[in-house]
Amino acid sequence: MEKKDIIQSFKDSLFTGLIALALFGPIVGLKTVSKGEGLFITPQWGVVFLLVGLCILGRFLININSARRTEFKIFSTLSSKFSSITEDKAKHFAITGILFAVAFPFLPFTDRYFMDVAIMILTYIMLGWGLNIVVGLAGLLDLGYVAFYAVGAYSYALIATTFGWSFWICLPLAGLFAAFFGILLGFPVLRLRGDYLAIVTLGFGEIIRIILINWYEVTNGPDGITGIPRPSFFGLPFKRSPDEGETSFHLFFNLEYSTMHRIIFLYYLILVLALITNYFTLKIRKLPVGRAWEALREDEIACKSLGVNPTNTKLTAFAIGAMFGGFAGSFFATRQAFISPESFTFIESAIIVAIVVLGGMGSQTGVVLASIFLIGITEMFRDLEQYRMIAFGGAMVLIMVFKPKGILANRKPTILMHEDKK
Amino acid sequence: MEYFIQQLVNGITLGSIYGLIAIGYTMVYGIIGMINFAHGDIFMIGAFVALISFIIFGLTGVALPIILLLVLLIAMLFTACYGWTVEKLAYKPLRGSFRLAPLISALGMSIVLQNYVQVSQGARVKPMQPLFSGGLEFFKDSEFIVTVSYLQIFIVVLTIILMGIFTYLITKTDLGRAQRACEQDRTMTALLGINVDRTISITFIIGSSLASVAGMMFVLYYGVIDFYIGFLAGIKAFTAAVLGGIGSLPGAMLGGLLIGLIETFWAGYVSLEYKDVAAFSVLIVVLIFFPTGFLGKPDIEKV
Repeated sequence: MEKKDIIQSFKDSLFTGLIALALFGPIVGLKTVSKGEGLFITPQWGVVFLLVGLCILGRFLININSARRTEFKIFSTLSSKFSSITEDKAKHFAITGILFAVAFPFLPFTDRYFMDVAIMILTYIMLGWGLNIVVGLAGLLDLGYVAFYAVGAYSYALIATTFGWSFWICLPLAGLFAAFFGILLGFPVLRLRGDYLAIVTLGFGEIIRIILINWYEVTNGPDGITGIPRPSFFGLPFKRSPDEGETSFHLFFNLEYSTMHRIIFLYYLILVLALITNYFTLKIRKLPVGRAWEALREDEIACKSLGVNPTNTKLTAFAIGAMFGGFAGSFFATRQAFISPESFTFIESAIIVAIVVLGGMGSQTGVVLASIFLIGITEMFRDLEQYRMIAFGGAMVLIMVFKPKGILANRKPTILMHEDKK
Repeated sequence: MEYFIQQLVNGITLGSIYGLIAIGYTMVYGIIGMINFAHGDIFMIGAFVALISFIIFGLTGVALPIILLLVLLIAMLFTACYGWTVEKLAYKPLRGSFRLAPLISALGMSIVLQNYVQVSQGARVKPMQPLFSGGLEFFKDSEFIVTVSYLQIFIVVLTIILMGIFTYLITKTDLGRAQRACEQDRTMTALLGINVDRTISITFIIGSSLASVAGMMFVLYYGVIDFYIGFLAGIKAFTAAVLGGIGSLPGAMLGGLLIGLIETFWAGYVSLEYKDVAAFSVLIVVLIFFPTGFLGKPDIEKV
C-alpha cells in the first residue's frame, strides 16, 4: 500500500467521523431529561466521542485492509457450502432434528426454563412455516401476519370462555376464522404489487389491533381476556385436585403431580402442530396449486398468459397461511391463559417476517435455524433488553446487505424442465 | 357550520405535516422504486433534533422568529445526515437486488432507528412548553368560536413557502432536471454524464430535510413526542403519497391534505378511538379503486 492511499483513507475516515459526530451529537450527546416541570438537557459527550472514535477506527481499518474483499468471499463461500451441505443431507438433518425435538423434554439438562424457551421457539417456527407459504412460496410480502395470529388467539379465547368447548373443537374453528379473515383482506388487496401489498397488510394488522383495544364489549379492550381454559390430555385435565367426578392426568397414570406434565404436553402439542404445518407445506408444493404459487413468485405475467388466475392462487396462499397463523394463535392463547392486544404489535409481525427472510425465503430448514438463532439470541441477551432490538434490526440490515437471499437460500423451483448444465 | 370550519382548519394544518413527510416517500419511490420504510423514523429524529434545539435556544432568550429559523436550519441539517447515512448503509448496496430486499432492509433500519432513539433519549414521552400562544378568532357572536391559532398559520405558511422552493428546485434547476431524468431511466442518465449516486443521495437529503421540518411542526403542534411517533405518522404519510399517486410530487401534497382532513373529520364527527383506522381503511379503498392514486401515472409493466 502506498503512502498516498493511506493518507486518502485517513481523510476518508475523518469524514466518516464528522458524519458520525453529526449523527450522534444531538441524539446521543444531548439527552433530554424531565425534571419537575419541563425538560432539561444532560450532556453525554463521553459516549459520543467513544462512538465517533469507533466509527473512525472502523472505517480506517476497512479502508486500509485491502484484503476485505477476499474475507467477504470466504464468508459467502462458507455459507454457500453450508447451504449445499444442508441441502444434500436435508433428510438426515430433518430426521435428526425431529428426533432431538422429541427427546428434548427428557434430556438431563432440560429444566422448566429451557422448556419455556423451546415452546416459544417452536411457536415461532410454526408461525415462520405458516408465513413461509405466503412469503416464501407465493412471494407475497405480508407485514401484518400477526393479525391472523391475533384473530386465532382471540377467537379461541372467546369461543372457549363463552361456550366452554374443548381445545380440539376450538382449534379448527380458530383456524377457520383466521382463514376467513385472510380471504376478507386478501380479496381486495391481492391485486396490488408487492410493496403496496406489504403496506396494506401492515395497515390491516394495525386495524385489527386498534379494534381489539377499542371494542371493549367483546374483547375487553386493553385488559385482555383472562381465564382461558388450559388444554386437557384427551379429556384429562392437568390439575392437582380435579373436580368432583373428574380424573386428572396424574391420577389416571398414577404419577406424582407435577406442573411439568402440562408443560411437556404443551411442548408436544406445538411440536405436532408445527410438524403438521411443515408436512402440509412440503406436500402442497408438489400439487398444482403449490406449483402455481412458485410460478407466480417467479413471473406473474408469464403465469397470467398461461391461464393461471393470479388473484385466486394468491388468495389460497393467503388463506392457508392465515389458517396456520390462527392455529398458532390458539396455541398461544391456551398456553398463556391470558391474552391482550399488547401481544400482537407490529414488532411481532416484523420478527416473523425476519425469521422467514433471514432463513432464506422458501426454505423450511432455514426457518428453524433462523428461529433458534433469533429467539435464542434474544433470550441470551435478556439482561441487555434495551440493545436487543437494535441488534435485531441491525442483523436484518446486515444480512440483507451481505446475503440478500437469506442464510439458506432456496428459491429453486420444486420442479425443473431441464437440469442446469454445468 | 362553525364546527365544520374549525375542523377544516385543523385538518389543513395536520395535512400540511403529512404532506411534507409524504414528499420524501414519493421522491424516493419515484427515483429508486422502493418504499423507504425508515422515512417515518427520520421524521421522528427530526422532531427530536428540533426539540433538543428548542430547549437549548429557549435558555438563551433570543427572539422567537430567530429561534424558529435557527431550529429549522439545524433540524434540516442534522436530519439530512441521517437520511444520507441510511441510504448509504442500508439501500445503496442493495440496488439491483431482488425487489423485497431493500424493503426488508428498510424495515430493519426503522427498528434500529426507533430503538436507538429509545436507548439514547429514554422511552418516556417528552413534553415541551408551548412557544406560540393566541390566535385569530372568528364567528365571535355564535356559540362555537372558530380559532385559528398563530401556530396553525405558521405551519401552513411555512409549508407553502417550502413547497414553493421545492417546486422551483425540481422544475427549474439542473439538480431537479437530473433527478427527473433518473426517475425515467437511470442507465441512460448515467450514460449522459449525470452522477446517479449523487442524485439519489441528494433525493434522500431533500426528503429527510422536509421530514425534519414536519417533525419540528409536530413538536410545536402537539407539544409531546416519543420515539414511536414515526411509525404511525410514517404510515399515514405513505398513505397520503399513495392516495395522491406515488411518484407524483403535487400528488403527495394533495394526498397529505386529504389524509389530514379525513382524519380530523373522522375524529370530529365519527369516533375518536378509531381515527387511525380511518387512514388505513382509506388506503385500502383507494388502492382498490385507484391503484395509481389520484395524480399518478398508470403503471405499465414491460415484459
